Amino acid sequence: MIIKLINKKSFKANTYRTKTTFIGVKDIVPVMSYSIVNNEQSITVSHKNLLFTLNVLKKHVNYKYSLLTCISGVDLMQDKYRFGVVYELLSLTYESRVRVKTLINEVTFVESCIPLYRNANWWEREVWDFFGIYFQNHPDLRRILTDYGFEGYPLRKDFPLSGYVEVRYDHLKKRVVVDPIEFTQEFRMFQYETPWLSQNA
Amino acid sequence: MLKKKDLHKNLKNFTINFGPQHPAAHGVLRLILELDGEVVKRADAHIGLLHRGTEKLIECKNYLQALPYFDRLDYVSMMAQEHTYSLAVEKIGNIKVPERAQVIRVIFAEITRILNHLLAVGCHAMDVGAMTPFLWAFEEREKLMEFYERVSGARMHAAYIRPGGVSCDIPLGFLDDVHLFASQFNYRLDEMEEMLTGSRIWKERLVDIGVVSSEKAIEWGFSGVMLRGSGIAWDIRKNEPYEVYDKISFSVPVGNSGDCYDRYLVRVEEMRQSLIIINEAINMIKPGIIKTDDYKYSPPSRIEMKNSMEAVIHHFKYYTEGFSLPYGETYTCTEAPKGEFGVYLISNGTDKPYRCKIKAPGFGHLQALDDMSRGHMIADVVTIIGTQDIVFGEIDR
Repeated sequence: MIIKLINKKSFKANTYRTKTTFIGVKDIVPVMSYSIVNNEQSITVSHKNLLFTLNVLKKHVNYKYSLLTCISGVDLMQDKYRFGVVYELLSLTYESRVRVKTLINEVTFVESCIPLYRNANWWEREVWDFFGIYFQNHPDLRRILTDYGFEGYPLRKDFPLSGYVEVRYDHLKKRVVVDPIEFTQEFRMFQYETPWLSQNA
Repeated sequence: MLKKKDLHKNLKNFTINFGPQHPAAHGVLRLILELDGEVVKRADAHIGLLHRGTEKLIECKNYLQALPYFDRLDYVSMMAQEHTYSLAVEKIGNIKVPERAQVIRVIFAEITRILNHLLAVGCHAMDVGAMTPFLWAFEEREKLMEFYERVSGARMHAAYIRPGGVSCDIPLGFLDDVHLFASQFNYRLDEMEEMLTGSRIWKERLVDIGVVSSEKAIEWGFSGVMLRGSGIAWDIRKNEPYEVYDKISFSVPVGNSGDCYDRYLVRVEEMRQSLIIINEAINMIKPGIIKTDDYKYSPPSRIEMKNSMEAVIHHFKYYTEGFSLPYGETYTCTEAPKGEFGVYLISNGTDKPYRCKIKAPGFGHLQALDDMSRGHMIADVVTIIGTQDIVFGEIDR
């Protein structure tokens, strides 16, 4: 048998049982805000301090967040800051996760964290593709998921669900053409009041 | 006379286009391969040919309507993803799931794991040249999809695991059949292993191909089998247990050399462990309700609806307006068959998710393809795509 089987007892022995507490984090990194909700830690840092924060969280012996799970963009629209970029980090050593958030607007950019986490490459490309958030010093900031020649940033809140163009095959021209989108009936989105739930009211 | 410049010859690497419609590419992967002879110098993956804008669509649907999109992401491990989404919604809404529902979810999560690994191993074998295990695997998959059909009416896109529990109770005699399946499936696995594990051709194609060291696996942010194959004992079912996984004793296979062969062995062993989990879960299951009795978050039963006006109102509201979640955000992840499947859900207090980011394991794995295939032969690229267990539904989203 080449692979080994690990059962529960020895499995836990691999990692330190004490999970990191974030009490000391404020002294080391310039945190804007910090919260634990549902056992999920999250910190917000200024975009200028982002790389420094990630560096500390990755390399500090008390944190060891060596694995970047994903980067997601958020369009906050009516907020003071237009966009949020959210990094999910995982520490295999301490079995702990942390969410690092940074807030920016349309004209500011974020420093690429590829020197720290190699797999940030595609995640940053995805955020660039969907939100138009620019990552400085990214080696290859091409669009990734949308079509070749796509225009606009589809996950921004001001981008309509149905988009602006549609693609079809033109039999006369013998090629694929891009046309402005046409509807026989306008797309309708139903907004309910939901007076129903009193949780927020 | 021979001039000096004639002695110089400029060599250029040969660039070929692989896909986007290639049977070994597991869907619509387009690779630009830069070759030196037959050796891969660089592999540039072009993805997004199956992009359907799932995240955007989810923002325009209410929480219940968003659920079926998750089946359609990774279309070979359907329930694993609706499970993650349901857990995320439950976390924000603070919804308690009854124990019977949790056990049923575990049974189906493991059925899904077998379903996925059968396809992964079967298709991997077929990419490499062994046709038969693929056909055997699909026969078994058919039985598993029948289980899907019996609880939900759909063979694949089940929408069975819902926020608050599962959509309906399991039919009579269902667990007997699952047990029957579980008791015979080990032999099917033995047959498959007999065909592959010791096979010289299979080993020649897999051993020492696509080696990922444990440092590299962390650097690339791998999860699931890709991480365990490189010798890192990390399984979310063990490390951050959800549902009833902490009450079930099972082992986690871990490879050591981090090549394709180890990952194949890990996958096969995971299927065997899934059978153990299924059998334990069958012994654990107790009668009870299968979804939360908070009718703001789950529909009332038919019997109640025939007897109570309030239940009728609840039912109507639930299916027309949906339900609202309080303000909050969560990153919830589960051990999907392919790795860590995560949902980053932001709720703004309405009935629709404000943002639903889907962290697909395959997306993270595929970007390491360039690194893994560099210096290998072009035929090994196919092996590496197979071992990464690529499905484009989840990568392109």
